[in-house]
Amino acid sequence: MRFLVRRVGFLLVALWAALTVNFFIPRLMPGNPAQAMMAQFRGHVNPSALGALEAAFGVNTHQSLLSAYVSYVGNTFQGNFGISTSYFPLPVSSVIMRALPWSIGLVGLSTVLGFIIGTAIGAISAWRRGGLLDSALPPVFIIISAFPYFWVGLLSIWFFALTLNWFPLLGGYSETATPAWTWSFVGDVLIHAVLPAFTILITSIGGWILTMRNNMITVVAEDYVKMARAKGLKPRRILWHYAGRNALLPNLTGFAMSLGFVISGAILVEYVFNYPGLGFMLLQAVQSEDYPLMQSLFLLITVAVLFAIFLSDVATAILDPRTRSST
Amino acid sequence: MNILLSVGRALRRGAAFLRRDKKAAAGSIILFILLVIAIFPNWFTPHDPAAEVFTPGVGLSWSHPLGTTSFGQDVFSQLIAGTRQSVFIALIVGLFSTVISVIVGVSAAYIGGWLDDLLSMLTDVVLVIPTFPLIIVITAYLKNASFWLMVGVLVFTGWSYGARQLRVQALSLRNRDYLLAARARGESSWYVIVVELLPPMTSLIVANFLGAALYAVLASAGLQFVGLGNINTESWGTMLYWAQNNEALATGLPLWALAPGIAIAVLGSALALLNYAFDEVANPALRPVTRRRAKAVA
Repeated sequence: MRFLVRRVGFLLVALWAALTVNFFIPRLMPGNPAQAMMAQFRGHVNPSALGALEAAFGVNTHQSLLSAYVSYVGNTFQGNFGISTSYFPLPVSSVIMRALPWSIGLVGLSTVLGFIIGTAIGAISAWRRGGLLDSALPPVFIIISAFPYFWVGLLSIWFFALTLNWFPLLGGYSETATPAWTWSFVGDVLIHAVLPAFTILITSIGGWILTMRNNMITVVAEDYVKMARAKGLKPRRILWHYAGRNALLPNLTGFAMSLGFVISGAILVEYVFNYPGLGFMLLQAVQSEDYPLMQSLFLLITVAVLFAIFLSDVATAILDPRTRSST
Repeated sequence: MNILLSVGRALRRGAAFLRRDKKAAAGSIILFILLVIAIFPNWFTPHDPAAEVFTPGVGLSWSHPLGTTSFGQDVFSQLIAGTRQSVFIALIVGLFSTVISVIVGVSAAYIGGWLDDLLSMLTDVVLVIPTFPLIIVITAYLKNASFWLMVGVLVFTGWSYGARQLRVQALSLRNRDYLLAARARGESSWYVIVVELLPPMTSLIVANFLGAALYAVLASAGLQFVGLGNINTESWGTMLYWAQNNEALATGLPLWALAPGIAIAVLGSALALLNYAFDEVANPALRPVTRRRAKAVA
């Protein structure tokens, strides 16, 4: 229990830090570019949205830093992020809601899939130490993980979409298709997701393979694995039920720690494919100087990562009795 | 004299390490070549990289080994000229991040108590906040980030992973007998840390330097690619930015976009290979096993 309490505490501290960093960034930047943006808004926007923006960007001169901070935190918890300038007059929250499912679908699924496949490959390659898989895969994936994500995306667009014409070039669905829950539209979405998902998968998998392989090498040398072998258990059973389970635990923590790196890569992959998710929207907001949207997206991505980390902590607590019993 | 001797010994040991470890050898050779190109680009560039004087959009030829851009610049010359920024960013960010990692990680572990709690918490928070969106937001305000600004932002976001690892290792070394002995002799904390604690951590520190350098290469390339760097300087990321904005892939100039990416990948792989080799030094269990038994049977 103490473990989970500590992790909840950490989650809260990290959330507070992200919220505070987000609050101070526009204030610390030279010349506060948000000032010009606010001038356009006056008179066009309802007072509550204007107030939220003023608190967030520190434009309103007669508000003290502390009271601006308090109203910024309050607005954030109510989901009041102000008005987007590039999607004027839509509020930021509804603009974000459009992009959210795309990112959860693409980035969420391919990250989890990459973790599962990478962990399995890492476990097997450590199990057959010096075998074909072990000598070939880790070096290959070390090199692939040094490739820029976005460039792997460019490469796969060039090869699979432009040269071979197997997959569509850009976007989340065809421009002619109308979004609806029909088979043809779902199929269209899936075929558009193949290349970006493949890009994220292939560039993120190397890290999981390596860490799992390294954990597994340590675990395989343990006495209880020798004992299991001596008892004459099937190798497959020893691999997954004895060694694999225990090697997985540090990898799960590793998953939490490197999630931020994966998300960073995924932002650029979305950008390269013009995929209508949060990352592409973030870069579009940067290009159109839509500061409210940009800052809210940063906050949302951070919160999503922090909650994913917390979930992996909970999973660790469920899988590892030591974290539960320690007082 | 003593120093000369130990430098000589270190060099001999380094050479032996490179002979033994093919991954490390490959990584260092690539890194050395790139470093020479980065320091003396003029030895290798056939043309002025910025000059828009050639026939635009030409493919492979003897005078343009990688073709030209749609502005009529020589792609090969741009590639050579861009080496400097990527290599320097890697080395400088790697160096500064590692210094911060060592200071934070080692002092948290060595001093302990509330300082450890505070520094560990700080490290973990910086570690879990996704850095790339943060860098995007910061550079979005500071339009066209200059070289040093980019270095600053990357160091600010890149030190935490190393600090965490170094803290764990320093913690495990802290109560070893030889350290206790040094303290019992009445040595100062500085002496104990610099002479007794840090040397056994060298391979992990080097591995962290390489990891931070790799992170810097990829993150700076990503920023420049989306146009958040200074788009008027020569770098591989900027080349990708111009190639993407002029649809190099769709207009039949794939080399313009592929070449800088391969260059980044080569630099990144060199760092990753060295990193992997140093991991094996730090953790002997990971060293490759030769299957002697199998051979004996055959």
